[in-house]
Amino acid sequence: MNINSDIAKTYTVSGRKQTMVAILGVLLGMAVYMFMNSMNEGFNRTSNESFFKSTPHLRVYSDDKISAPLQELSDAEMIIINPKIVPNTAKINDPQAIANVLMKQSEVKVVVPQVAMNVFYNNGKSQISGKTVGFEPAKGNEMFNIKSFMVQGDFDNLSSVSNGIVIGAGIAAKMNLETGDNLSITSSRGVNRVLKIVGIFQTNNSVEDKTKSYVSLSTAQQLMKESNAFVSDINVNFFEFNKAKDFAAKYSDMFGYKAEDWQAANESYMAASRMRAIVITFVSLTLLLVSGFGIYNILNMTVSQKINDIAILKAMGFRGNDVVRIFVTQAMTVGVIGVALGITLAIVLINIMKHVYVGGDIGYFPIRFEPMIFLRGTIIGLFITFMAGYIPARKAARVDPVSIFRK
Amino acid sequence: MMNVLSVNNIRKSFYDPIEFEVLKSISFDVKRGEFLTLVGKSGSGKSTLLYLLSTMDTDYKGELLVDGELLTGKSLDDLARIRNEKIGFIFQFHYLLAEFTCLKNVMIPALRLGKYSKEEIEFKAMQKLDALGLADQALKPASKLSGGQQQRVAIARALINDPLIIMGDEPTGNLDTKNTDIVFNILKDLTHTSGQTIIAVTHDMDFARASDRTIEMVDGKIRD
Ligand SMILES: Nc1ncnc2c1ncn2[C@@H]1O[C@H](COP(=O)(O)OP(=O)(O)O)[C@@H](O)[C@H]1O
Ligand SMILES: [Mg+2]
Repeated sequence: MNINSDIAKTYTVSGRKQTMVAILGVLLGMAVYMFMNSMNEGFNRTSNESFFKSTPHLRVYSDDKISAPLQELSDAEMIIINPKIVPNTAKINDPQAIANVLMKQSEVKVVVPQVAMNVFYNNGKSQISGKTVGFEPAKGNEMFNIKSFMVQGDFDNLSSVSNGIVIGAGIAAKMNLETGDNLSITSSRGVNRVLKIVGIFQTNNSVEDKTKSYVSLSTAQQLMKESNAFVSDINVNFFEFNKAKDFAAKYSDMFGYKAEDWQAANESYMAASRMRAIVITFVSLTLLLVSGFGIYNILNMTVSQKINDIAILKAMGFRGNDVVRIFVTQAMTVGVIGVALGITLAIVLINIMKHVYVGGDIGYFPIRFEPMIFLRGTIIGLFITFMAGYIPARKAARVDPVSIFRK
Repeated sequence: MMNVLSVNNIRKSFYDPIEFEVLKSISFDVKRGEFLTLVGKSGSGKSTLLYLLSTMDTDYKGELLVDGELLTGKSLDDLARIRNEKIGFIFQFHYLLAEFTCLKNVMIPALRLGKYSKEEIEFKAMQKLDALGLADQALKPASKLSGGQQQRVAIARALINDPLIIMGDEPTGNLDTKNTDIVFNILKDLTHTSGQTIIAVTHDMDFARASDRTIEMVDGKIRD
């Protein structure tokens, strides 16, 4: 062992109590940092998961257009115009061609053309308003994984039963319906049809369950009184959902229709999760910083206690750098032990919390070991440790031995 | 090359609290194997001069040469290396590292130098301690020894790298007559047996009289 580390070790061991307290500080700071950030990650993951049960990563649709004057002359005065939404623009021309192009993009995983509309579910005289989505069942399932939250019936029957419908558990409960029953629905275009319930789903989002239903693409087109080429939106899922916003602008340009990523479509949801991330980052970093102060404190103390040692070491030919190394080594020893124990504690806490049932929409506490968070925490923790050691170490390195010997 | 150390026209001033010239144009040479003592009234500038010679104080005018090499103007790291290799120190206070054994204390400068293996250094440190009558104390913590023993450990430490020059600032200042005699004889021996040079500040006139040469300082100047 190098003499600098040897001296560092002796100081660390002889100041056992202070060393222990500093290690404890790092341990707690580290464990809380990793635990809280893993928790945040878990929350994000579960809420994204439930989110993507009904929302695609990106949606291509035709935005409403406002009528404009037929001719715009720059030198002419504006005369009266009467801007209105142009009828029939909520339609995508040649959706199959667009879907084919999208499918060829390397980043795209699934493409689902759909017809979405507002409907009424009729139950005698009472009506429930809701939303029906029509798509090819197999593709729809690939995108939203609907089969995983079916509670009754079989989602596949949507393709075999020509007038089939799959409804949310909330609708079924309100209207006292079961698989095999008939349900009359009225579309926003005034088309009335009786459909056969082939299944019931239940997500952990009660609004979805109370309003949503799925039908086949052709049923939806009939409800809209449209041809079998009609599609209202094209849903796109990527291999990485975080990349959606990178492609939105590109697709808008490519197809001339609006391409909206999930983040843009859900600003308030994003804002809430950003806020949570900021608070957690702030609190956990503060804790890490406080544990850094613990290290800073013990080193400052060691440096003033060992000022004579530092002076004689310098007299005997230790360079400023050697002195820095002695004290930084001491700080890093505390840091590395503290970080290692902190990681252990965080893993234990996560494993306990993982098995805590919180109920409701969430089920088990949504937390698991997050390697990236642990890596980031370790790097930040060691960096803070280093700085907390380096500052007093530099002070020690600048000690003028003559001024000490004169005393 | 007979001169192990040369001082040419050295001046130094303190500016705090008021400007005060503590060393006034000092020049002298020290020969290899010489036992030189510095004496003078308290406040005459002996310690200040010794710290300049030691290379620890670099704030002065004039020139300092050790072993024929001009040290004035060298970087702090270079000076540290030169001190480590060529100069040994003994102070009035022992300045041993309390948490280490006597043996380890003696070994530290050699471990820093890194010229020999740890085993060789340990062997050599034991030899030095033995020569100073401390073989049985080697593995005790430095803080557990008596004042005279601690000072002898400090001497062993100053000798471990076989330095060219050994500098002492009142090395016997804290010792009783018996221990003073022991230390004096050790130092005297070194100049005879291994040709090492000794420069020591002292108040003890017997000690000074027994050395090869004595320089007396008066108000920052050498008295002829
Ligand atoms: N850091 C300093 N600042 C100002 N004056 C100092 C400082 N160190 C020493 N002195 C003064 O320099 C003079 C010489 O001191 P010193 O070399 O310690 O004398 P000696 O060792 O001969 O007793 C004294 O008057 C002392 O007060
Ligand atoms: Mg003095």
